[in-house]
Amino acid sequence: MKLWKTILTAAALVLATGASALAARDLVIGITLEPPHLDPTAGAAAAIDEVLYANVFEGLTRIGPNGEVLPDLAESWTVSDDGKVYTFKLHAGVKFHDGTDFNADDVKFSLDRARADNSVNAQKGLFAAIDTVEVVDPATVRITLKNPQSSFLYNMGWGDAVIVAPETAGTNKEKPVGTGPFRFQSWAKGASITLIKSDAYWGAPVSLDKAEFRIVTDAAAAVPALLSGDVQAFPFFPDPDSVAQIKDDPRFKVVIGATEGETILSINNKKPPFDKLEVRQAISFALDRKAIIDGASAGLGVPIGSHMSPANKAYVDLTGLYPHNVEKARELLKEAGLENGFKATLKLPPPPYARLGGEIIASQLRDVGIDLQIVPVEWAQWLDQVFTKKDYDLTIVSHTEPNDIDIYSRKDYYFNYDNPTFDKIIADLNLTSDEAKRMTLLGEAQKILADDAVVGFLYELPKVGVWDAKLEGFWENAPIQANDLTKVKWTE
Amino acid sequence: MTVYLLKRLAIALITLVLASMVVFAVLEIIPGDPARLMLGMNASADQVELLRNQMGLNAPLPARYLHWAGGLLSLDFGRSYTYSVPVIDLVRERIVVSLPLALIALALSTIIAIPVGLFSAGRHGRAGDTIAMGAAQLGVAVPNFWFALMLIYLFAVWLRLVPAGGFPGWSAGIWPALKSLILPAIALALPQAAILARVTRSALIEVLNEDYIRTARAKGLPYRAVLWRHALRNAMIPVLTILGLQFAFLLAGTIIIENVFYLPGLGRLVFQAITQRDLIVVESVVMLLVAAVIAVNLLVDLSYAVVDPRLRSRQ
Repeated sequence: MKLWKTILTAAALVLATGASALAARDLVIGITLEPPHLDPTAGAAAAIDEVLYANVFEGLTRIGPNGEVLPDLAESWTVSDDGKVYTFKLHAGVKFHDGTDFNADDVKFSLDRARADNSVNAQKGLFAAIDTVEVVDPATVRITLKNPQSSFLYNMGWGDAVIVAPETAGTNKEKPVGTGPFRFQSWAKGASITLIKSDAYWGAPVSLDKAEFRIVTDAAAAVPALLSGDVQAFPFFPDPDSVAQIKDDPRFKVVIGATEGETILSINNKKPPFDKLEVRQAISFALDRKAIIDGASAGLGVPIGSHMSPANKAYVDLTGLYPHNVEKARELLKEAGLENGFKATLKLPPPPYARLGGEIIASQLRDVGIDLQIVPVEWAQWLDQVFTKKDYDLTIVSHTEPNDIDIYSRKDYYFNYDNPTFDKIIADLNLTSDEAKRMTLLGEAQKILADDAVVGFLYELPKVGVWDAKLEGFWENAPIQANDLTKVKWTE
Repeated sequence: MTVYLLKRLAIALITLVLASMVVFAVLEIIPGDPARLMLGMNASADQVELLRNQMGLNAPLPARYLHWAGGLLSLDFGRSYTYSVPVIDLVRERIVVSLPLALIALALSTIIAIPVGLFSAGRHGRAGDTIAMGAAQLGVAVPNFWFALMLIYLFAVWLRLVPAGGFPGWSAGIWPALKSLILPAIALALPQAAILARVTRSALIEVLNEDYIRTARAKGLPYRAVLWRHALRNAMIPVLTILGLQFAFLLAGTIIIENVFYLPGLGRLVFQAITQRDLIVVESVVMLLVAAVIAVNLLVDLSYAVVDPRLRSRQ
């Protein structure tokens, strides 16, 4: 065996000399899903932002590593006293990657395009409050809102609100042109997307010369890709079960952070018997979050008691409201007249958190007499049957959009939840900009959702980041789904 | 021969038309809306409707079938919903990975299988045969994704001879591109070789029991010459049939291996298109594959005629 290894290693050396060693300022990043196209303003797929956000495209504002709003193309802004007029002062000397100048006209174009009647921007709601966008001078934009909106600056930091140029907006899907520190170089479909440093960048220059996003679809292939050195970073590592193995390897850094993904057991609130509060509460008591987290996320998730990330300032710990209690669950079912239990279906989309978590939840609910039939579905089916047609009893899904507690107040949303008190709080929240008042309102909102046991709140999806120990500057948390490479560098 | 050929061609054409109807109908039945998939959970129903109109999804079913099938006739495969590029471009990008991979795997499989089959048949019932067939049994039984991962750990992680996956593109040079196809080709070829070796062996054993083999031996031909000149040639028909089927499989049925090695092949294109309900891509690629399978079968039929002179003269 030893001789064999010597021979083979010698052969390896001969072969390896033919391959070019990676230059120290290049980086290969593994991503698990390929973006369908490269225009962040024209699709909901997180994979688009994971490649382009902050790297190629920039907005008026941007979201920082901890979810804070930072200035981006707008260097500063003022807000009128009634909270309705925002005046943005833009950076000077900014150029798009095709060499054209960036100015206030591009801002007006981008925002008007996103909110136009025929717009297919996936987050059109972000722009709903905008009444007019005016160009004051080439470096100043004035945006007037229909009503004050406390989240407006945050909204302008989404990937869906990035600034594009009129000349290239139509071709960004294939050949994205932005103002960011990296420009697009090539896309080998199914294999990789390559960005290179933009020398004409207006801001602080980035350390990397080249960043290649390599598409590694199979979770089992992620570990060998890292170990062989083909890929040097997986900011969203797809295989939590292998984390222990990699943690012991000094060549790699493993960083467990928080996402904005509230993983929940969604309940169809209008469908009997789930329209009864006792039944929903019984389900909450029947759930053993620890067992679910251990089984479905390798013990890495953080339990939640309502729809808010524990990393958020407004978070209120409500996990103690429904401790795991089988007796209590049975009692509540009895009160609801279901002492003999009942049958229901549990539709599970493809991600492991749903498929693995679903098995565990089904067995936990069986302990209190609820007999679940598991129905695995694809995403397309899930969106069609569960989300659009609301043809479901229970399902498991992670709501990954940031600050999305307002989904419970949306008319016709798939939870089928309707509570005027809650709707009022969300409406007030939208009009409140005082920080302390906002926190109080968000706290109340969380409390109502927990009291009503609208859904089974499970855990916050962890962000498992794995990268070469010589790399630094990656985001630890994922306040939005992005791989901001602007601060990433090799330390030697 | 001409009648034989014309008959084969007519059957091929009818198969193509029927396949296009089945493929289209099946994909239209499965639930899921490409527009909703693209826009995600925050978009309103109106917006989804708007995008459906833009993508031409709201036209009636027969009209869309005729439009699509008519396009196929003029070799226009339509535009992908999600990628918004012509389907043929997507196929072209993938075929330069899938076709060489399939050919290398097929060559490897043949190079391994035929000698093993000959060896085993020649030692029918003896220890060598048992060992070879046991190994073949193992080759069929081992799951190929597991075998692929073992290859990756040995050759890519431990020895670092080849990349663990990915495809640099032919523009990166022939050798780097070939290097990234070696492990997947081995992982694909081994189970195929195992099947092919078993088929070769049993076909040979059957032929070796024929009278003309005894005659050939009786007239003093050495055993080796009998095996090569008489037996192998006559045993070729089942072997060619299996080879044809294997080629079709290797071209498109390699999704698992493509995933493990994250290769941008045809299998993954189809898989991705199905999950995204990029129906036009699925429909067109499946039709291309149907056409390829039919073409390969036609070639196999013709090759029967080459190995079997009786088929050539038959009217």
